Amino acid sequence: MAEELGTSPDEVQFRFRDGEPVDHAAVTVDSFLDQSNATAVRIEPGDDARALLPHLERLALVEVNFPVFGDGRGYSAARILREAGYVGELRAVGDVLIDQLSSMRRCGFDSFAPDKRLDEEDARAAFERWPEVYQPAADARRPIWAKRHGQD
Amino acid sequence: MNILTGNDLKSGAVVWWTGEGWSIHVNDAIEVGDDTDATCAREEAARNVNLPYAIEATRDASGWRPAHIKERVRAIGPTVRPDLTLKPADPDIGNWVI
Amino acid sequence: MYLYDQYDQAMVDARVAEFRDQTERRLKGALSEEQFRPLRLMNGLYLQLHAYMLRVAVPYGTLNSRQMHALADIADKYDRGYGHFTTRQNIQYNWIRLEDAPDILADLAAVEMHAIQTSGNCIRNISSDHFAGAAADELVDPRPYAELLRQWSSFHPEFSYLPRKFKFAVIASDTDRAAMKLHDIGIQIVRNHAGELGASFYVGGGMGRTPMIAPCIRDFVPLDQLITYAEACLRVYNRYGRRDNKFKARIKILVHELGQDEYTRQVEAEFAHMLEQGIEPPLAELERIKGYFEQPVFESGLAADFDRSDPDFALWADRNTHAHKAAGYVSAVISLKPVGGIPGDASAAQMHLMADLAREYSFDECRVMHTQNIVLPHVRIADLHALWTQLEAAGLGSPNLDTIEDIIACPGLDYCSLANARSIPIAQKISQRFAQSGRTAELGELKLKISGCINACGHHHAGHIGILGVDRKGKENYQLLLGGSEAQDTSLAKITGPGFDEDGIVNAVEKATDVYLANRAEGERFLDTYRRIGMEPFKEALYG
Ligand code: SF4
Repeated sequence: MAEELGTSPDEVQFRFRDGEPVDHAAVTVDSFLDQSNATAVRIEPGDDARALLPHLERLALVEVNFPVFGDGRGYSAARILREAGYVGELRAVGDVLIDQLSSMRRCGFDSFAPDKRLDEEDARAAFERWPEVYQPAADARRPIWAKRHGQD
Repeated sequence: MNILTGNDLKSGAVVWWTGEGWSIHVNDAIEVGDDTDATCAREEAARNVNLPYAIEATRDASGWRPAHIKERVRAIGPTVRPDLTLKPADPDIGNWVI
Repeated sequence: MYLYDQYDQAMVDARVAEFRDQTERRLKGALSEEQFRPLRLMNGLYLQLHAYMLRVAVPYGTLNSRQMHALADIADKYDRGYGHFTTRQNIQYNWIRLEDAPDILADLAAVEMHAIQTSGNCIRNISSDHFAGAAADELVDPRPYAELLRQWSSFHPEFSYLPRKFKFAVIASDTDRAAMKLHDIGIQIVRNHAGELGASFYVGGGMGRTPMIAPCIRDFVPLDQLITYAEACLRVYNRYGRRDNKFKARIKILVHELGQDEYTRQVEAEFAHMLEQGIEPPLAELERIKGYFEQPVFESGLAADFDRSDPDFALWADRNTHAHKAAGYVSAVISLKPVGGIPGDASAAQMHLMADLAREYSFDECRVMHTQNIVLPHVRIADLHALWTQLEAAGLGSPNLDTIEDIIACPGLDYCSLANARSIPIAQKISQRFAQSGRTAELGELKLKISGCINACGHHHAGHIGILGVDRKGKENYQLLLGGSEAQDTSLAKITGPGFDEDGIVNAVEKATDVYLANRAEGERFLDTYRRIGMEPFKEALYG
């Protein structure tokens, strides 16, 4: 049996999706690729998110770990999964701080399980900080250039 | 000998530990022992100082002289702008730094 | 020049509010210094030797008079009456209070400026040719492309925590005035055989500890794929750039370790994928931006020469101007390198004056050069004398562009917490030495660049003569380098041998120039002679 790494749903502090949080234990990418029944996986910064692409159908939860907030590989991992059509839960875990929330949201994360609980009010302000965005990402926000030129 | 330095959190000014508080004048510094972690942690937690650390310095009749040139620049100010140093009237201040 | 619309303004305003909030959380203790540090850095706020230092972005070096006045006001109101123009075409203030920083950002936002991404492991301010829009030799004005990249890279959600900082330069002429190949990504706007405009991408250049010249990985990216290609370059870097060792984290190391071909292959694969994501702004957006960079209406029938009866003026006008695309105009360079002065420093009064002169003589525009001078891009030749007279009176009329007195020097140990040695006093002594000996003019073009540590903010690897400050057993020591260039003939300077002390390095520079004068062939610059005769004669003179 693979080592279980995942957060539990009660550690999820913010969640932007309907339905119950997924409560399957997330396993490492290697374990996930070895077994055919796991539905939750945890990506570490050095893992290649693209290794999961053939198996997106059976995934209900991907946790992306940020062992230190300054390691930004998880942002690319998240976007890559969303670009490939992954619609399941995408959870940022680890050293997740207030000031990274809005970027993470833009890269496709829809749940957040920070190691240390964040101040609710500061976090809400952070999620709502940017009235506009300059570039398209994994969320549905229209970039400024689309608004300027009347594009959808 | 060791003395403690850091920057004031709000202003960024270079400050030195006097035993009771923090002064912008290196000559107000007191000698601290080798174990300064507790003082640093307490003062930083109280936000009396930002990023405190101990440095080596020697003391003579005229006061403290930090061992490293970088700390001497910090103690006085930029050698190329004597008017902005803590001793604008002292023409030899650059030599003290070097 | 570019003006904000309501969207751009909303973004900088939101940033000011965010930083005000972050600063408050820091001051009340909700954020530790460790947590706050990357946040303040992303707003250009460092903790330096004497206080906080604020670096303000000057996108592609372009300022209008209102902005230059605002920079002067900040120097007076929040700092000690001066600022320092940097080799990244930015301005730094050395004596900032953390408490004031949000207010300064608000003052900047009021004139469409900011300090966003002037530090941190993100995409930094985009630099460009300081003669953009004016140079006789340019294909097009490169700044609209730089502005397009600026907007794309601002608050980029995926690329805010890269392995290391990331610098772009964009040029559009074969003459490189922006050290393009010494950037993480250098872009040259070019025309292909079909006559279409596109972008050549040079990736993996840089100075610092391991200087490298960027190889060209794609010689033509169509303009409607420019952002997508940049995004692919960055994504490969974000995923695979080294994070185990800070000194190996720049993209140049990745390109070097993977090899140019493999890096390019990965970028092209990512690019093919990104093209399907529809992230490219429409060409209409580029056209909209271009509209802001339309040429001013230049007068025709202007005189092409000036009265040479005043030799001091004639010397300045010959030295400190650059050929303009419109007849009767030049770009005029305001030297921030008075003999014995601090390279790149300007007082608030000088900034106000430069702002007024930009308004009066240069269609309300000025530029920061990476050589730490200021350009008035569009000056009527007929106005040069009046301009020079006012510059002279303010100590801004040094006729020394591109000479040995026009020294680039980083702040060094007088200000910078990373420094090993002071840079500024060396620059001061060298300019004084050559001004006194009267050799400056005879030496012609000679680019001397000084860094106070291996980080190379003073571009010492790219100097015809470079000086690097090192720490030798607690004493300042200076290594001499020869043969670098950051122009289109990019080359990296080599160390001559053992270092020198403060006076020794000034003598060594003089000796090197003696070798040049003794060996130069007709029409050769210092760099040309060095390239022809090699290091040996210089070593012989220095250490023999
Ligand atoms: S080169 Fe070194 S000393 Fe000079 S400004 Fe950069 S980091 Fe500081």
